Amino acid sequence: MAPSVTARRIGETIPAPEKIPVKLIVNGVERQLTVAPWTTLLDALRDHLDLTGTKRGCDHGQCGACTVLVDGRRVNSCLTLAVMKDGAAVTTVEGLAKNGALHPLQQAFIDRDAFQCGYCTSGQICSGVGLIAEGKATTDDEIRELMSGNICRCGCYPNIVAAIRQAMGRP
Amino acid sequence: MINFHYARANDVADAVRQIAADPKAKFIAGGTNLVDLMKENVERSTRLIDITHLPLKSVEPTEDGGLRIGALVPNSDLAYHPLIAERYPLLGSALLAGASAQLRNMASTGGNLLQRTRCYYFYDTATPCNKREPGSGCSAINGVNRIHAILGASESCIAVHPSDMCVALAALDATVLVSGPAGARSIAMTDFHRLPGTTPQRDTNLQADEIVTAVELPAQGFAKNYTYLKVRDRLSYAFALVSVAAALDLDGGTIKEARLALGGVAHKPWRNTNAEAALRGKAAGRDAFAEAADIVLHDAKGHAHNAFKIDLARRVIVRALTQAANATPQSQSDKKIR
Repeated sequence: MAPSVTARRIGETIPAPEKIPVKLIVNGVERQLTVAPWTTLLDALRDHLDLTGTKRGCDHGQCGACTVLVDGRRVNSCLTLAVMKDGAAVTTVEGLAKNGALHPLQQAFIDRDAFQCGYCTSGQICSGVGLIAEGKATTDDEIRELMSGNICRCGCYPNIVAAIRQAMGRP
Repeated sequence: MINFHYARANDVADAVRQIAADPKAKFIAGGTNLVDLMKENVERSTRLIDITHLPLKSVEPTEDGGLRIGALVPNSDLAYHPLIAERYPLLGSALLAGASAQLRNMASTGGNLLQRTRCYYFYDTATPCNKREPGSGCSAINGVNRIHAILGASESCIAVHPSDMCVALAALDATVLVSGPAGARSIAMTDFHRLPGTTPQRDTNLQADEIVTAVELPAQGFAKNYTYLKVRDRLSYAFALVSVAAALDLDGGTIKEARLALGGVAHKPWRNTNAEAALRGKAAGRDAFAEAADIVLHDAKGHAHNAFKIDLARRVIVRALTQAANATPQSQSDKKIR
């Protein structure tokens, strides 16, 4: 492979791409991928598996739009290398509904009008599902604090908190 | 991001062997800072060695009554660990003051120690930066320097260390355990990070072929009188303008022992043992706290946009020591500062 423009400019020898096999259990289905080492989990989901529910926002771990659950824990998929998650179970927004019924938090987002443009919503919902599973938030202050890694530029925060509260079964 | 090779390490010896064999290799664990820096072309490693399979994931009591934290324990697990909550709540509080829930789930204890500065110029490869490119100059000194250092800076670099966890570890007298080709050694937390001097490219005293294996806490955890008070531009999910880890051991109203460390003000967690010594034996109150703040900030120097941090730090020190003395630690969810 010819060296990239960047490689020529900085005068470094840069390795040619190598492809590495990775197994992911995505939304309960085993998927076998072959990816370059620098492929993020976000890119693996969107570009290799056509699961475009997970969104690329800032691509730097600052906005939370790319949030998915890896082995049940919420993470920023844009900062996760797919090769490092070989064998892991990944849940995206596409995997939350069960038997045709929305996840309670998805339903709560509709009931509480917790989005406008919707771009951050899949990340908000995956993050909220992770938050509920962690069980550390009991007050609105705690929900707000533990959702601070998800930015909503439409400013739907009060309704997002209300939706999470509803899914937690709190009044 | 440039192309890179990917390798896995099986154990600590294997990791050390692999890093020693390739000077352009870097370890990766959580990746929250490294992958970001690679995307920005600030880090240009051509080999990443995945250490996440190493057996460094436990939190265990030590023989001398302290606690050993494996380098791969995620920040979130550590923050909520029952032994941390019970014995070292200052550390738990500092961890929860940092980053977001997602990042804390990913980030490791060892990686948090090795976070790099968020100086805008360090991140911007179009501008000179002595830390990123030694000898190229510091863009911050005469640039936009609102977030920069007021203590311990040099003409080469005025960047600050971004970690909250490290501020608490410095206050708690933690020790960093590392392994290299020559074997294992321990480094006092306060000696782990460096001041910039003329070599700002070196953040820490960890050698290029060494790996962090654990952090050890001594027995004394100051679980009764402590606080981690972080002041920032947003209520949450922002780096500190000034943060203070304060811990007191009180005998009635008299200070038997004090710990005081600052974040957001220097190239390393800023602990001042002279200020701590001045607090010892004094009545816990505003006079003693203000005197300690004066000692910490005696040599503070502001730049065009960050001189406000000197006054801010003085007030945050006094408030933090007051919170610690009153056993009313700062809540990291209800952000009202009381």
